[in-house]
Order: sequence, then C-alpha cells, then structure tokens
Amino acid sequence: MKRRNFSRDLWQINANLKQDKVRNPQSEIEIEMRHTLSIVVADQPGELSRIVGLFSARGFNIETLSVGQTTDPAWSRVTIVTRGDDRTIEQIVKQCSRLARVRVVLDVTMQPHIEREMALIDVEATPGAARQELLSLVAVFRAKVVDISETGMIIEASGNKEKVEAFIDLLRPMGVRDVTRTGCIAIGRLSTAVNSTRVSEEQEFAQAVNSA
Amino acid sequence: MSAQPQTLIPSSSTSACRSLPEPRGAEILIEALLHEGVDSIFGYPGGAVLHIYDELWRARDRVTHYLVRHEQGAVHMAEGYARASGRVGVALVTSGPGATNAMTGIANAYMDSTPIVVITGQVPTPLIGTDAFQEVDTVGITRSCVKHNYLVRDVRDLAAVVHEAFHLARTGRPGPIVIDIPKDVSAARASYSSLKNISFPLVERKWPPDPQAVAEAAAAIMNAERPVMYVGGGIVNSGAAEALLAFAEELQLPVTPTLMGLGGFPSMHPLCLNMLGMHGTYAANMAVAESDLLIAVGVRFDDRVTGKLATFAPQARVVHIDIDPANVGKNRAPEISLVADAREALAALQTEIKNLGQLYIDRGIKRRAVWWNRIRAWQLEQPLRFTGSGDHIKPQTVIRELHRLTNGDALVVTDVGQHQMWAAQFYPFKRSRQWITSGGLGAMGYGVPAAIGAQLVLGNQLVVAVVGDGGFQMTNQELAMAVQYDLPIKVLIMNNGYLGMVRQWQEMFYERAYSEVDLSVSPDFVKLAEAYGAFGVRATRPDELSDVLSAGLSHKGVAVMDIVVSKEENVFPIVPAGGNSRDMIVHQEGV
Repeated sequence: MKRRNFSRDLWQINANLKQDKVRNPQSEIEIEMRHTLSIVVADQPGELSRIVGLFSARGFNIETLSVGQTTDPAWSRVTIVTRGDDRTIEQIVKQCSRLARVRVVLDVTMQPHIEREMALIDVEATPGAARQELLSLVAVFRAKVVDISETGMIIEASGNKEKVEAFIDLLRPMGVRDVTRTGCIAIGRLSTAVNSTRVSEEQEFAQAVNSA
Repeated sequence: MSAQPQTLIPSSSTSACRSLPEPRGAEILIEALLHEGVDSIFGYPGGAVLHIYDELWRARDRVTHYLVRHEQGAVHMAEGYARASGRVGVALVTSGPGATNAMTGIANAYMDSTPIVVITGQVPTPLIGTDAFQEVDTVGITRSCVKHNYLVRDVRDLAAVVHEAFHLARTGRPGPIVIDIPKDVSAARASYSSLKNISFPLVERKWPPDPQAVAEAAAAIMNAERPVMYVGGGIVNSGAAEALLAFAEELQLPVTPTLMGLGGFPSMHPLCLNMLGMHGTYAANMAVAESDLLIAVGVRFDDRVTGKLATFAPQARVVHIDIDPANVGKNRAPEISLVADAREALAALQTEIKNLGQLYIDRGIKRRAVWWNRIRAWQLEQPLRFTGSGDHIKPQTVIRELHRLTNGDALVVTDVGQHQMWAAQFYPFKRSRQWITSGGLGAMGYGVPAAIGAQLVLGNQLVVAVVGDGGFQMTNQELAMAVQYDLPIKVLIMNNGYLGMVRQWQEMFYERAYSEVDLSVSPDFVKLAEAYGAFGVRATRPDELSDVLSAGLSHKGVAVMDIVVSKEENVFPIVPAGGNSRDMIVHQEGV
C-alpha cells in the first residue's frame, strides 16, 4: 500500500515520477501529483476568499487548506494541498502570484520539506484491554491523549498525511466516533541538513513500526 | 527634549485644525482623483454616493461628471475613454443595483485588459451584512472579474487606496479596479495625504526582457523557415505599434493581428495578413497552420483564435511574449517564453537581431521568399469577398463605403455580432486605438456607450459606432447622454432584423431552426433618434447608401444611420467552434 510507505518523503516520490517523465518524454500520460503550495498573502479581510475564489473559478481543486500568521503579522501564510499535472500546477502558481496582495507563491513539493497535519480523534476505549491497546498505539505513533472519559479517549496525532491516515485506519476497528483534521502545513528543510545529518521522523517511525 | 515645547506644538496645530476642518472622505476621494489627472467621470447617483455627488458639485469646475442613463453605460464609457486615450477611465455608481448594473462593464474591462477604476457606493459600515436597502456584497461579486478591489472601511485609507488603484489599473497587464466606499466613510473626516503616504507596500512587478530568452527567441526567428507574427491587444496596451512595425519590416515577417490587436499593425501594410481566428482571413489562418514558428506578442491564445488547441499551428514552435506570466503556457506551452512589456521585448529582440549582422538578416529574408510565395498564393486564392446584390444593401458594402467616406481615418467602435466581424474584416485600420470593440466578453450593448467615451477623448474627430439592431437596443438610451453633452458620435446600425450571428449559427449548425432571433419588430430607429434629439437617416436600397452615410457622417451632432441590410448574410470565412483551419468554411456554398 503506497500510503504506508513512510520511508520516502512525498517530494522524493514526486521527483522520481518526474524523472520517469523526463526519461520518457513521448509518454502522453500527464502525471497528476499532489502539490503543497505555500502562499504568503497580506493579512487583510477578503484576501483568503480571493485565493479560494480563484481556485474554484478556474476549476482547480483544494484538498486541504490552512492559514496562519507568518513571522510578520502583516502577512499570512496559506498552505494549500492541491492535485494536478505540471501545467495545471504552473497555472495555479501563476494565477495566485497575479493577485495584488500575494507576495510569493511557492510549490514546496519539489524541494526537501517537512509536512505536518494534525488530527483530534475521538475513540471508544472502555477501561481494560481496549484502553491498553489504544495506549500502545498512541505510543507507537507518538500521539497524545488529550482527554479521557469512561467510554473513550480523545487522541491528538500529528505527522504527514500518510501517517495520520494510517493511524486513523488502525484505530477504526476500535470505534472511531469522530475525527477533526487540520489542513497540511509545510516548511522547507534547512538546506545544510538535507544530505548529511537529516533525521527524518518518518524514517525513524518506519523503523519503530517494523521492529514492533 | 523638555516637555514644554512638546505640549506647545500640538496645541497650536489643534487650533489650526479647528479653523480648518479636515476634509470629508468624499472630498479626499475627489482630491485623489484630481491628483491622478482625472478630468471626466461617468456616473449615476444614488443614496450611497450622495456625499460624493455633493462634493462633485463643489468640484464641478475641476472635474466633469457625465450623467449616463444606465450604469452599464457608465462603465463602457469609461472603457471607451481608456481605450481611446490610453489613460485610466473612471466610473462612479451607487450601491446595490448600481454595482450590479456595472458588472457587465467591469467583466468586459477584465477580459480585454482595459484600465478603469470603478467607484461604487456601499451602505454605511454598521449596516454591512444586514441585507440593508440597496446592499450587495460588491467586492464579493466583482472579485472574479477585477484585477483588484477594495472595500474601504476607514476613511484614513481612502487616499492610499485610490492612488494604489490607479497604479494597479495601468501597470502590468491593465485591468479594472473596484473601490467600494461605504456611505459613512465618504462622510467621515480625515486629513488628505497624497501619493507619498501609501501605507501598503506596493508590489512592484516589472520584468525587463530576460536577455537569455531574447537571445533564444532571436535565434529561433532567424532560423525559422515559415515564421508568422501573431499579435494582440498587448501591442495596443503597451504602445508597441511602432516597435512592431520596425521589427516586422526589418525581418520582412508576416503579421496577423487578433481582433483586439487590430490597428496595432497597419491593415493595408503588405506584411499584414489581417485578422486570424474564427472569422480571420484564409491567408492568415493557413499561414498559422503551416508555420514553423509562431511569434506571439501580447496575446493569450484565446479559443476564438486557436479553435481546437491541439491542432492549432501544429508544426510551429512558439515564442510567447506577454506581460502577464499567467498567460504564458495557459493554453499553449511555448518553447520560448518572454514575460515582458511588448514594446520593450520587441525593441530588445530587434537590437539582438541587428547585432547578428545585416548579412544574416538578408539571408533570412531571402530564404523566406518561398514562404512569402505561398502566403501570396493563399491571399490570391481566397481573398475576403462577398457577393453583391442589386436589391439589398450588403453589410460588407456598408463597411467598405464607410471606409471610403471617412478616408480610413474614423475611430471605429463596434458592438458584438456579425457587424463587428464585418467591420473587423472590411475596415482597414491605420493606427493603434483606432478600433475599439468588446473582444473577450463579447458584450452586446458595448458599442454606443464606448463610442461616447471615445468621443470625449477625440473632441470633434469622427467616432463611428457600428452596431447591430440587437445590441443597439441594449444601450440606446445613452443617445440622450450623447445629445446632452454634445458628444457627436455617429451610430451606424446594420439593421437586418435578426440577431444575425446567432441566426448564422442556427443556419449553419442547427438546421436553420431560427429559434428566437427574429427582431423584425423594432422601433423606427430614425424616429427614435429624433425622439432623443439626434439626427436620424435611413437607407434601404443600395443606391441610397452613399448619400445616407454622407449625410449622417457630415452631420455636426449625434447622428443615427439606420442601414437596412440583406437579412440573411453570413460572416465568412468561419472556423466552426472547436475546429481548426482545415475545417474553415471560406465562402457560402455555391458562390
């Protein structure tokens, strides 16, 4: 299952797909890939709807969306995960860049970066074995228990999309009553750490899962 | 610093303020507009803009307000003004219905990259969001068809907003800007601060032509066997006509303008293949179809030009020069892209090519003689033509006659439909800004108001609005406005009693089912003109045409020429929607 492939970052998968395309330019297949766009826009009323409106008006799709302040309170960062072939993504980037209050649009997907999402998961867990089982999964996934009652627990989990989804999938048989998920946020890796001392949580995590 | 002088200075300035109260928002708005060089505003008053109109009354010696008869007219006039002058046109409308009526014009300006600023009134800020009387979410409904828009919530922002709006409207790829001003903001007081105090960091976006791309483009052009220049509205907007002419002549390149590019290159020039696309000339479309290099300048590969994209210029490499990066690669991925101002890019290209040496240039010209032979053959094979008729006035004849009587000097404004295509095909243009039309949006009703706006720029020079009987009736109320302000436009109605373009498609593609296109019940346009206080004249027979046109064109004031033309004439050539030049129908069957 591709979703469980934690050992490779999405950007690596994308880069490989892209290489295939370069090697075989005759191929008519346009590769639709997930892209994470980081848009820095003025923190003013209506600017978010300008971006979202542009996506719907031009027929682009938004998988996840998250918004927050940057280091400068005058500017917000909008992180959008979208899907499309290279030309579509190029158009999205260009169309967003055209907006008067957008400072920069980055497609972070094609460079080493870190992505995180968060989920709050309400799971059934009665005292006893079920609760113990749940707690051990929480430990393996480096999640957190943030609320507890007689009948259940609320778990806070974070990681990339694949990890969060894998976690929720694993919890499902135990009785997931509700899930709230954030959109994806992303940041570029520190360039010096890329090749040498990079510690990938995913790699570490994959080892933990394998050894368990 | 001691405390004493500090307390002294503010107290003295406070007393100065008392003697001279700070200006109201409305006054700030007018001052800012004057600062931007605005001398004409097209508008329609209403509740939410009462403060602004009050201030306009006070400033009536410095800025002229033109009272339109419908807000759509106001925005089209601002567009006509902008297109004819190259400056930013200004429209002023009230909230709610004023704003919704203005929408068509705003969308039109967006599609055709026309620099206008539309000021809309809004209900007072405390009422926003309460479904107040005449409230609509103007920034919301205009968002997808403006370059940028503003809801001014604080009067202190107003001046900066106006100045930034003008800056955005005219720089880069021009476009419409909407400034929504709530009534209480136009009443509130603040100090006016001009350009210097723009609080928001302007995002300056300017691209000088990238030397690497210029070199690549120059090499591609020099090596091309069958090049064609495909040029559009960007030539007109950037004032690149001279640069284009010099460049094309230097290299002896064939040039085909789009509908928006007409006038950007002289139509009668031997290098001009005239318009391409759905109703383009046979030679232009064939040349593009067979070309090995398309030099696209200030164009966006619009579907009315390309037809089916996959088969558009199938053998050609593309050099795409455009100021809007989003246009490059949107519809056709170019081999070489040059995001820059058209004039600067063409100048840079010419310098680059000159540096290669005259010998090189001459060799290229010699090599392309074969290509020119083919193009000349296409031109001879299928020139634009139509069959004459003894009984009815042919619409194409009307345009030819108009051209003859005006010595080809009139500024021609059109509405949308068959007459628009005939005007584009049969009126050769000499200069930029001699042709004003609704291209991208195809908004019927554009012709009369846009001509009025253009007439304001041209003074007493001849402005002819070529319109159909359908589009004319969408905005003919503006004749009253033209008469009121003595803006002597000449309206030429190509009256065929049909919504001709739709009828043509129904004839050709819907088995002649003429569904709802019959306009035979229309007012008597001569009487209508007279009712508005204009001069009206009609021609129904071919032998009347010349005299009637002369009478209308030579009339001092507003004139309406009702030319009754043959009812079922079709525009040819036509490339059916989604087709390519192989599907081009060059002429009516059996002719």
